[in-house]
Amino acid sequence: MTAPRKARVATVSLAGCFGCHMALLDIDLRLVELLKHVEFDRSPLNDLKHFTQRCDIGIIEGGCCNEENVHVLQDFRRNCDVLIALGQCAITGGLPAMRNAIMHSDDPLRECLEEAYVLSPYVENATHVIPNDPALPLLLDKVYPCSAVVKIDHQIPGCAPSGDIIYETLVQLLAGKFEGFDPHIVHFD
Amino acid sequence: MNGQADHQADAIAAVAEEAAAATGHDRHRLLDMLLAIQERCRWIPPAAVERLAASLGLTPVFIRGVASFYSFLSLEPKGKVIIRLCDDIIDRHAGLDAVLAAVTDELGISAGETTADGAVSLEVTPCIGLCDQAPAAMVNDIVLTSLTPETARHAARHLKAGKPLHDLVSPHFAGLTPQQRVHAQVASNIRAPGAVLLGEVPREAGLRRAATMEPRAIIAAIIASGLRGCGGAGFATGRKWEMAAREEASRRVVICNADEGEPGTFKDRVLLTERPHLLFEGMTIAARAIGAAEGILYLRGEYVYLRDHLEAVLAERRAAGLLGHAILGCGGFDFDIRLQLGAGAYVCGEEGALISSCEGLRGEPKTRPPFPVQRGYLGFPTVVNNVETLCHAARILDLGPDWYFAMGTAGSHGTKLFSVSGDCRAPGVYELPYGITVGELLALAGAEDAAAVQVGGPSGVMIGRDSFHRRLGFDDLATGGAIIVFNGSRNILEIVDYYLAFFVHESCGYCTPCRVGNVFLRQAIAKFRHGHASAEDVEELRTLSATIIETSRCGLGTTSPNPVLSTLSHFPLVYAAVTRPAQDGQQASFDIQSAIETARGIARRRSFVYDRDFSQ
Amino acid sequence: MTDKDFTFTIDGASVTAQPGQTIMEAADAAGIYIPRLCDHEGLRHQGSCRVCTVKAAGRSVAACTQPAAPGLVVESETPHIQAMRKSLVEMLFHEGNHICPVCEASGNCELQAMAYRLGMVEPTKLPYLEPTRPVDASHPGIALDTNRCISCGRCIRASEDVDHKGVFGYCGRGIHRRITVNGEDLAHTDAAVSDHAISGGVCPVGCIIVKRVGFRLPIGARAFDRQIIGEAIEEKRR
Repeated sequence: MTAPRKARVATVSLAGCFGCHMALLDIDLRLVELLKHVEFDRSPLNDLKHFTQRCDIGIIEGGCCNEENVHVLQDFRRNCDVLIALGQCAITGGLPAMRNAIMHSDDPLRECLEEAYVLSPYVENATHVIPNDPALPLLLDKVYPCSAVVKIDHQIPGCAPSGDIIYETLVQLLAGKFEGFDPHIVHFD
Repeated sequence: MNGQADHQADAIAAVAEEAAAATGHDRHRLLDMLLAIQERCRWIPPAAVERLAASLGLTPVFIRGVASFYSFLSLEPKGKVIIRLCDDIIDRHAGLDAVLAAVTDELGISAGETTADGAVSLEVTPCIGLCDQAPAAMVNDIVLTSLTPETARHAARHLKAGKPLHDLVSPHFAGLTPQQRVHAQVASNIRAPGAVLLGEVPREAGLRRAATMEPRAIIAAIIASGLRGCGGAGFATGRKWEMAAREEASRRVVICNADEGEPGTFKDRVLLTERPHLLFEGMTIAARAIGAAEGILYLRGEYVYLRDHLEAVLAERRAAGLLGHAILGCGGFDFDIRLQLGAGAYVCGEEGALISSCEGLRGEPKTRPPFPVQRGYLGFPTVVNNVETLCHAARILDLGPDWYFAMGTAGSHGTKLFSVSGDCRAPGVYELPYGITVGELLALAGAEDAAAVQVGGPSGVMIGRDSFHRRLGFDDLATGGAIIVFNGSRNILEIVDYYLAFFVHESCGYCTPCRVGNVFLRQAIAKFRHGHASAEDVEELRTLSATIIETSRCGLGTTSPNPVLSTLSHFPLVYAAVTRPAQDGQQASFDIQSAIETARGIARRRSFVYDRDFSQ
Repeated sequence: MTDKDFTFTIDGASVTAQPGQTIMEAADAAGIYIPRLCDHEGLRHQGSCRVCTVKAAGRSVAACTQPAAPGLVVESETPHIQAMRKSLVEMLFHEGNHICPVCEASGNCELQAMAYRLGMVEPTKLPYLEPTRPVDASHPGIALDTNRCISCGRCIRASEDVDHKGVFGYCGRGIHRRITVNGEDLAHTDAAVSDHAISGGVCPVGCIIVKRVGFRLPIGARAFDRQIIGEAIEEKRR
């Protein structure tokens, strides 16, 4: 008798702070047990940059603020059976999405970039130009939550999500049935 | 400079004070004061707000709150003349675009702007009750009908040059009687006079009969006639009167709801024009029935051009002893009516909101219970009836409940006025017995190529050819009277979107589902219009609609999703035709090309990922 | 129980009420929590958020304004009603800018706590409206971020009825209906930090902010870190 196949999991951090990935470590000792049932495909945790095969679960941290985020997210959707938005940025756009509502001019994206790279008193930028290396992905007109770009199957709220809620979700999903969260462990911050 | 500004502020304060004094500094008449200030100053300046607040013992924020509620009151300066083009879907189908283009071209401003010299402001406004002669426009206190690009351009040129507004109606305007002025502006388009209202109607016959009757007997007659409210909801009129009469109270009030704002409805306009005496007769009978000494005619702001006409009729009735003390010589039968002008708010057609508006508040519906018949205007038992309902009541008193009861069907007695507009040869008002089929009415109106009919306006239902056999009345298709005809060339989703935009514009914003839910409902429909919807989105439409209907506080929210729900059930193919299966888990509504367009411009390069010809 | 008191049921449980009490008042006294946002202890009922929607005798009504009646059968925590409540809370989240991680009301916010209670954790179809409403920091002790206002009007009623001031009011109509202040800005009003409307825990979200006290409570010690909203009322029943 062979052991049941391990679930293949891919992860990525889009427009986030990597805090949600750090939060994966908050699962703590239970990680050891969890890793008996999981193996990682594409992920910054193992530095795999491309999918090696189709995955059971894709975990997305962060929303979409640039074209590369969109491209990667669409790639995840195509290569994963179940897609999880991990944390507030992936779910709502989060902190990066603050720019969506503070843009008052007719040219909000330029305003945003000029504030960030030219005008703000805290900027040290001798060239006084907005960085524009061809390697830099183009910014989107605003920050989009993941569910605006692709279909998302589950969300794990939090900023960052607690180890408990991540663990509980993964355990339920690995068991093949997600029945929701205990409201006591749900937090949006 | 300061001196000049102070002087101006003083002058404004004087206008505000005059407006307050005209009502005896009665804070419940705040809407009248604001309308008077708006008319004189062309906006509600801060100095006027301050003065009213001080004079009435209210806070400035309260007064700004009331002023900001109504579309026809402005906290920003407006032109001496405000042209408000009617933006109803019927006007759009009748050529609004070309009319608007002619006016914007002539004035050099677009909708929402004021000319630099402050002469003219241009706005668009929802249905102004002239769908049978669209495109139409309000210009201050007159209306222009059946506009063409040429007539609209002429009017704009006339106003831009500062020529007298009323010359647009007639060069002899000043010499016309108020009723002649109304007729010079608007055609009544009575296509089918019926037995009750629009045929021959003897003057005061019902009132004379009522004056000899006990109040209880009047109510009994109305109950026996089977009369139900003609505004749309269809509550039994006699029962309503009975409930108000039964309440212990020192004062009671009769209010006539002439705020017919449902797009496509204009039958009350015709009654107000052609049968004002019958209406006031009906109000006076209602007053006798419930023991009210006070009456209010709440006239929608869009019908301001009827104001002088109606005031003249009221004056005539006072002079004839038909209003005032001891009406028709009956001791103790005292009743008078004041005219309350609205200021552009559809929701004020809801009786609680209407009462709020009469009380000088924001036109928001009231919490029920208590119901208006228990505690309505200023806390007194109040009967609110539609114009047509009150006219019917007067006729019932004259000819008896049996006569009325015999007309119509088992659940809907008497006749009904239908406002027919849209794609038909004879738009106008039809008085027909309840129970007529939609198809029969369409045949009368010359609408052979009708493909869809909106029965009861946006808050009613839209039906297709397979339902034209259905009968108009409470037993089958209940309606306040709007029958809007669309032929096969019209885009159903565009109509639905327009109606949702209307409800978004007119929601008072008090409760969450109506304020926010309707915005999302409209955005959900946009997905269909853009071809981004999947089958899941149809479910979303239904769920969101159900939540709005079930949790909204008043009739606006409980009917606003009807355009969506009734087209989903009667025109499912319209939705199916634009629905695509979700591709590969990608959201069809997300458009990467438009999302990166701005950044392309800033970076002056193309996308490495999404532009195939990246190198160019 | 006096001889005028009567009973009715909520989700099958018998509840005693006095004449004139609303469904919610009677439920609170009986230790049955009905979710609410615009209603607040000590203030007039408004019935605007609709989160307290229940079915009374089969009809949907706001529990905060609907009078209780003898024998009335009220349904509250059915899956259908809970789903509608969740949808309403979701609408409020999407109407304003509620970015919990940067909001100093987080952890004490009733909107957020209601989302927890009702399980607002699934992917949504609703877009964000992302308003750009005014932020008013003119007052030395108080700031106002109306992008977080949920139009509950609690501050208006508290200022009028408790503080007898009238600092706040509604302006605009429909989706543009918003709270505004009785003056050019908050500094030009008689608002004081000590007002009940400001410091009385009246604002359910992070719209009215008392300056220099933000983030004082550490995560874990805030109102809804350990306790789900409504549990305080439900404890009466245990």
